[in-house]
Amino acid sequence: MVPVTKPAARTMFAKIWDAHEILRHPSGQSLLYVDRDLIHEGSFHAFADIKRRGLQPRRPKQIFGIADHYVPTRGRRPEDAATPAIERMIRTFDANMEWGGVRHFGLASQEQGIVHVVAPEQGITLPGLTIVCSDSHTSTQGALGAMAFGIGQSENAHVLATQTLWQVSPRTMRVTVDGALGTGVTAKDVVLALIARIGAGGAGGYAIEYAGRVVRNLSIEGRLTICNMSIEAAARLGMVAPDETTFRYVRGRHFGPTEEEWDLALAQWQQLPSDEGAEFDTEITLDGSAIAPMVTWGTSPDDAVPITGRVPDPASFASSEKRKAAAKSLEYMDLTPGTPLDGLAIDRVFLGSCTNARIEDLRAAAAVLQGRKAVVPAMVVPGSTQVRDQAEAEGLAQIFRDAGFEWRHSGCSMCAAMNGDVVGRGERCASTSNRNFVGRQGPGARTHLLSPAMAAAAAITGRLTDVRRLAEGGA
Amino acid sequence: MRAFIRETSSVVFVPGVNCDTDQIIPARFIKADREEGYDQFLFHDIRRDADGALDPDFPLNRPGAEKARILLVEDNFGCGSSREGAVYALVDAGIRALIAPSFGDIFCNNALKNGVVPVRLPLAVCEALADHLAANPEAQVTVDLAAGLVTLPGELGSHAIVIAPFARECILKGLDDIEMTLTYMDRITAFEAARLTDVPWLAR
Ligand code: SF4
Repeated sequence: MVPVTKPAARTMFAKIWDAHEILRHPSGQSLLYVDRDLIHEGSFHAFADIKRRGLQPRRPKQIFGIADHYVPTRGRRPEDAATPAIERMIRTFDANMEWGGVRHFGLASQEQGIVHVVAPEQGITLPGLTIVCSDSHTSTQGALGAMAFGIGQSENAHVLATQTLWQVSPRTMRVTVDGALGTGVTAKDVVLALIARIGAGGAGGYAIEYAGRVVRNLSIEGRLTICNMSIEAAARLGMVAPDETTFRYVRGRHFGPTEEEWDLALAQWQQLPSDEGAEFDTEITLDGSAIAPMVTWGTSPDDAVPITGRVPDPASFASSEKRKAAAKSLEYMDLTPGTPLDGLAIDRVFLGSCTNARIEDLRAAAAVLQGRKAVVPAMVVPGSTQVRDQAEAEGLAQIFRDAGFEWRHSGCSMCAAMNGDVVGRGERCASTSNRNFVGRQGPGARTHLLSPAMAAAAAITGRLTDVRRLAEGGA
Repeated sequence: MRAFIRETSSVVFVPGVNCDTDQIIPARFIKADREEGYDQFLFHDIRRDADGALDPDFPLNRPGAEKARILLVEDNFGCGSSREGAVYALVDAGIRALIAPSFGDIFCNNALKNGVVPVRLPLAVCEALADHLAANPEAQVTVDLAAGLVTLPGELGSHAIVIAPFARECILKGLDDIEMTLTYMDRITAFEAARLTDVPWLAR
């Protein structure tokens, strides 16, 4: 008689991994099947690589090209680019996509936008898929229950040529956020609080699954924001189990299942969440009720504190590495220990990026701005052309314009300053993006990361400001 | 890929915890074609002052530093953007191995694909090596991938190199993994056919 054994409880990560493992090499690395690969202008190295080998993209229908990193935000023609070299990037991209027979959303396309905003929007990102892109913030797309991660150009060439990738399985970490978020506290604040707690290297070698009441109650937009910044804690990827919120979001999207296929898709996706009793290598718990609006003071995303906090004294850090790093950060940021963050004068505001430029982010900022004026230069760069159109239709664009914000076209823009939208040397920028690295927004630029509502509050006062106070009617 | 068996060289310590790829190569340079040579971009902004002049105190700007084939760096080196240009810059500058307590995940994969060996050593060992180098800038380190050992100067001893065995094999032989993967094409195609039957909306 064959004994009846209960199958071992598996994590969502393990289920998706197992479903994509073509073979395991004796050395322990797995050859994984890649369902979809996303390409942007920076992928030209990978194209050069496969051309050199006389190869072609093997599965062009599973590859999607989206122009985002270098696109001009003032106009939609390649010649609107800031420099001829940038214009060349955009044209090379179009040429590569045509050469490879790859479907692509170029600069003037109605579907154009930041790759991690467009992919969920178009139904390219779906639960249970393996998705790669030569961009570290590919982790964003795990919010729909996909296994999505960033790769380099050599790996991308490998995917183009074979639709597979050699991988070593990361360990698993579950981050449970319980409680309920207070007024003015958003997904951005949750993920900044997490990174501050575990450190910029804290999730190195891990795949994170986000769980708990706060995460369950978040919209897809909020979940995308949290998964987006997983990489800032060094995680390989972040993911959230698909649920009714996910299914509602995904249904009817262009590159997803048709209505006839819907029941089949749903049946598969409902199997994905981690089994009860599944074990994670590490568990972290956060109390969502205790999280305040967050802001960074330094040059690493883990340099984040509540807006009610102060610039720390480097001497207060436990490790000598961190003490040295903090001292250097403060010098670069031109800050003195003990300075309250609430009230710190800023020079400009950037509302954009794959972290926080979806429609909900624009709504949250517009709600704070309504009837008020920015006192510093400020710009909104919607995450996609569709988000931009929707914001126009909802009247949000008008609120931004009335408040004195520049209303730009979609792209990465000032997040990485590759398209020529840069923060000036020494300027202090309140930014909804994801990296406050030295020089990230331009040589000498000083970045403070925060949520869209907090960015709007900073625009109105010209200072880092606790948005909760502003919402109560004060200034 | 150029094979890596063993390398003995002086070592330059480039300090900075969480040194992200924007520091290794600023974004504005990564649109350059590889043929232009990426060594000119290595640590471009942090090795210069605001006027663009080379900072004589930056470790790689010191006389003799260009001889080093190995860098000692700090925790979470290469975090941030996935840009492979960070590794191209190191390769083109002649760097063949890196020693740190930890590396950014994607950076580490990119390094392996380009034949650069990332050696993880405990923080205390890295700190001791940094101290030793401060007193003995000419000290030699051997990274012996064939033996799986890194040998440090003075009393610092030998330590195992822990890297994914498959990647190690590829680097030792200078093997190209695309060509190797193509030899599995039968299994890939069979797997793919089943996958597309299960998930018919995947490829339209
Ligand atoms: S918005 Fe910023 S972080 Fe996101 S993909 Fe573009 S450059 Fe990268």
